[in-house]
Amino acid sequence: MLNAVEVNNLTKRFKGRTAVDSLNFSIKKGEFFALLGQNGAGKTTTIRLLCCLLTPTSGDAVLLGDSIIENPTAVKQKLNVSPQETAVAPNLSVKENLELIAAIYGSNKQEAEVKANKMLTALGLSERARDKAKTLSGGMQRRLSIAMALISDPQIIFLDEPTIGLDVRARRELWKLIRELKGKITIILTTHYLEEAEALADKIGIMHYGKIRMLGSLDQIKEATGQKTLEDAFFMLTEKEVE
Amino acid sequence: MRFLAFSTRNRKELLRDPISLIFGIGLPVLLLLVISLIERSVSGMAEIFSIENFAPGIAMFSLSFIALFSGMLLANDRSSSFLARLFASPLAASDYLLGYSLPLLPIALVQSAVCFITAFFLGLSVSVNVLLTILVLIPVAILFIGIGLLLGSIFSNKQVSPICSIVVQVAALSSGMWFDLHQIGGAFKAVCYALPFAHAVDLAKITLAGGGFTAIYPHLLWVAGYAAVIFALAVRAFKKRMKA
Repeated sequence: MLNAVEVNNLTKRFKGRTAVDSLNFSIKKGEFFALLGQNGAGKTTTIRLLCCLLTPTSGDAVLLGDSIIENPTAVKQKLNVSPQETAVAPNLSVKENLELIAAIYGSNKQEAEVKANKMLTALGLSERARDKAKTLSGGMQRRLSIAMALISDPQIIFLDEPTIGLDVRARRELWKLIRELKGKITIILTTHYLEEAEALADKIGIMHYGKIRMLGSLDQIKEATGQKTLEDAFFMLTEKEVE
Repeated sequence: MRFLAFSTRNRKELLRDPISLIFGIGLPVLLLLVISLIERSVSGMAEIFSIENFAPGIAMFSLSFIALFSGMLLANDRSSSFLARLFASPLAASDYLLGYSLPLLPIALVQSAVCFITAFFLGLSVSVNVLLTILVLIPVAILFIGIGLLLGSIFSNKQVSPICSIVVQVAALSSGMWFDLHQIGGAFKAVCYALPFAHAVDLAKITLAGGGFTAIYPHLLWVAGYAAVIFALAVRAFKKRMKA
């Protein structure tokens, strides 16, 4: 099996509004896929569908051999997610947050502690291990959020706008962290920062009004649109409907 | 056993934010102390304010704060993306409901125990009936946990607190702890006995007085029935929220 994700005619409608419209794409194992789009383009809804947080109106997606409709429990065991907003337990310490997620994904107490210690070291959180999560800065909370997504050893990780609201330094540090994951697991990133996709992604999907307008590597997108930059290509692919 | 990890987290969250817990235990105890002292000083106060009648009412009132604890915990989790993260995990709906409910049961037992220990100092006889009363109040605690989970599944964290305050007031006013429902009678009594709170207080009063199973059975059934229905509604609302 070469593909980690296969999306087939995936559609989600909310009371007459089509948020995700007949998506078809695949993501290879170990690939870093960035889903770009303006606010309301359908990125987060797509992620929520693939994470089994929403049921599709029609279509399906298969993640590492399991359908999100027929076997969501098996799908959930293979993935983890770092949601768009802060998603930590505020009154638990940094280490306790990590141990909680490890235990929820099936680790016993000892395994959870070993994994938490490993993750604290790997993500530079050891010094704050005993601090309550609510006392961390925004950047550190995002770092913890990503650590919580990684601690279950997922085969696919979803990063939903991981750097939104962060300052330049915190964003650059998070990019470094994300870059280190490349090739080890399949990463699906949603962002509306174009430079983030340019810096990190193997494959980029540009989404607009629920549809994928262009799919390919950075060079393929520039070549297909005849534009010199991703930003120009993005505007070209998305401006018609804006007018 | 994934729910145990989630349950441990919820216990820590509750105990590390103790202001509401202190309020939920302290206010009923304060009321018990004040009313008992007034009852001793003022002659001719109603029989419902004697310690053996008022303590069971206060115990029920104390447990009504559980709805606030469970409702706020769930609603706060919903207001952040923490619950969205968990919804993407292999936890099942039953894991969430057990995880939210289990840590509240020991708190409910402590609430009831504190209430009756205070009542001992105010003249309540020490007997095995007190232990039985604390036990029969468990379904009442489950009822309030269910109410909190239902409200926490439906309303936002800003809405849950005032709505739970209304629940606490309705529970107190309709329970017969402040006035004798049999003396008022009529439609008011009928409405109060259609709700579970007067049955909860009667259940505790009868058990404390040494009444047998036959005497408590109708009230227990009423409270347990309400608890089952409210919990079923909470499960439905929570599952809907998971897919929202």
